[in-house]
Amino acid sequence: MTSASHADNSGGAHHPSRRMPDHNFRYWIIAPSVFLLLLIGLFPLIYSLVVSFQQITMTDYDTSFAGLTNYAQLFDDARLWQSIAHTLIITIIALPIELVFGLAMAHLFLERMPGRQIFISLIVLPTVISPVVAGATWRLLFDQRYGPINQVIGWFAGHDVIMLWNITPHLVYPAILICEVWQWTPFMFLILLAALSNVDKSLTEAAELDGAGFWRIFFKIVLPAIWPVMAIAILIRGVDLFRIFDVIWALTSGGPGTMTETISIYTYVQGFQQFESSYTAAIAFLIVGLMSVIVIWAIRRMGLAK
Amino acid sequence: MTNLSVAATRRWKLAGRYGLASLLLVFFVFPIYWLFIISFKTPDEIFHFPPVWYPKSLQFANYAVLFKDGDAVSVLNSLILAGVSTVIAMIFGTMCAYSLVRFKTGGEDFAVWVISQRLMPPIAIIFPIFLLYVYLGWVDSYGGLIILYTAFNLPYVIWMMRGYIEDIPLELEESALVDGCSRWAVLWKVVFPMARTGLFATAVFTFVFAWNEFIFALVLTRTEVVTYTVQVTHYFGGQSNFWAKIAAMSALGTVPVFITVSLLQRFLVRGISMGAVKG
Repeated sequence: MTSASHADNSGGAHHPSRRMPDHNFRYWIIAPSVFLLLLIGLFPLIYSLVVSFQQITMTDYDTSFAGLTNYAQLFDDARLWQSIAHTLIITIIALPIELVFGLAMAHLFLERMPGRQIFISLIVLPTVISPVVAGATWRLLFDQRYGPINQVIGWFAGHDVIMLWNITPHLVYPAILICEVWQWTPFMFLILLAALSNVDKSLTEAAELDGAGFWRIFFKIVLPAIWPVMAIAILIRGVDLFRIFDVIWALTSGGPGTMTETISIYTYVQGFQQFESSYTAAIAFLIVGLMSVIVIWAIRRMGLAK
Repeated sequence: MTNLSVAATRRWKLAGRYGLASLLLVFFVFPIYWLFIISFKTPDEIFHFPPVWYPKSLQFANYAVLFKDGDAVSVLNSLILAGVSTVIAMIFGTMCAYSLVRFKTGGEDFAVWVISQRLMPPIAIIFPIFLLYVYLGWVDSYGGLIILYTAFNLPYVIWMMRGYIEDIPLELEESALVDGCSRWAVLWKVVFPMARTGLFATAVFTFVFAWNEFIFALVLTRTEVVTYTVQVTHYFGGQSNFWAKIAAMSALGTVPVFITVSLLQRFLVRGISMGAVKG
């Protein structure tokens, strides 16, 4: 319980006290946050590193030094690389769709029109729903018999359609992508709408008078103006898509077989269903290492911390 | 072009925009309608082919079952976990943000580290955290999850409050210091009250993130502190799903979020863009 009493100490530090010297004030007030961030940021990293050099499995609590065995196993683990590929496929397809779709919607709602605010308020609702609830909702919608989607497709096809959206191999990805796009396009839409509203009107109007076309104005004036905001939206969505778990958990649980297993699902299976402790630690360390490099590079590149 | 035809073109354009807007509305809102409407259907209406688009009457039996079986406690658990962790994260996070803004503590490196914590995949940290919690006996306890949710939301709070604190005029703090206030008094009596709008907006979004959280709760709860998101997934079965329960439990968890977010429309963009857009 050493860490608990630690938390109490740092937690008690915020009581106003005149005896507290002002010159250390700035460190006192970051102490509780730093402690908690180290707990979830640094501790797991170190722990993963240690455990990943041991041989702990469900049946064998073997803490002897195992060298790089677990890391060597990473390279031979086809299922791991497939899960990374699945994650990348979902990210690479969903992100541009959400971006372009969101941008087009933002254009549609940019000009004033009666009832505009009501439309916007309703359209953004999917974004604030819990992703696992969103997945559950689409599971109900996609049901082959009692769900409305096959019914509507049946109207267009002219006969009853039985499509097993969360089981049939060529339908599971469309199902996941539709749910993703449904939930997160409004996120892009809302942020891009705000960014577009802030673009200097006099610049676009002047360009219009000079005879510049829509696309020319968009690429020369609008896009550079909204880029800083757009880049952050892409970053947020990019990392969210890379760690996608909830929606897939609710829709397919990684199935059929391992077809829709993403990196998060696969790590969960290894750690909490097969209890391959040491190997899971190696995967976790790989993900943290990989993401740290990408994320920190992106944050610095965008000057987010300035 | 005459004025008349300009007006006509404008009207057609507006009609087109409404047409497109309505299509979008159907795509984005119908699934939510479907989820909610299932929660009011009778079993016969739920398992009817072809699907019933709206129930004959609104009945609350599906909700009554959740309360009778005690499953609705999961909503209370979500409330406790999200509520307490939000309060703690707001206090610690705002203090930290103040230090970042006024004293540039840790410089840019510290700021980068803080924000990078927010972007880490939970799956990468949950496994070691789980082993730690098993060791400490914190699994399936309020305290354990509250600490985790607090820690996980801290980067967001620090990030958002940094932006709001930057907007507070320095003169107010300086005059308080001249009047003999300690640094702590300035923080509590000047900074917190001045940033109250930002505090409120940030707290609401922090609360919603914790409220909607799934993977930590999935791993770290068993029976005592199961949240509503985990409870929803308990109704998925290998052979059949408990549709009425899925819908009713989801609705119970979603309505509070809808209400809160609707009341906070004007903070929504700043809240979800992590402060990139200041509206």
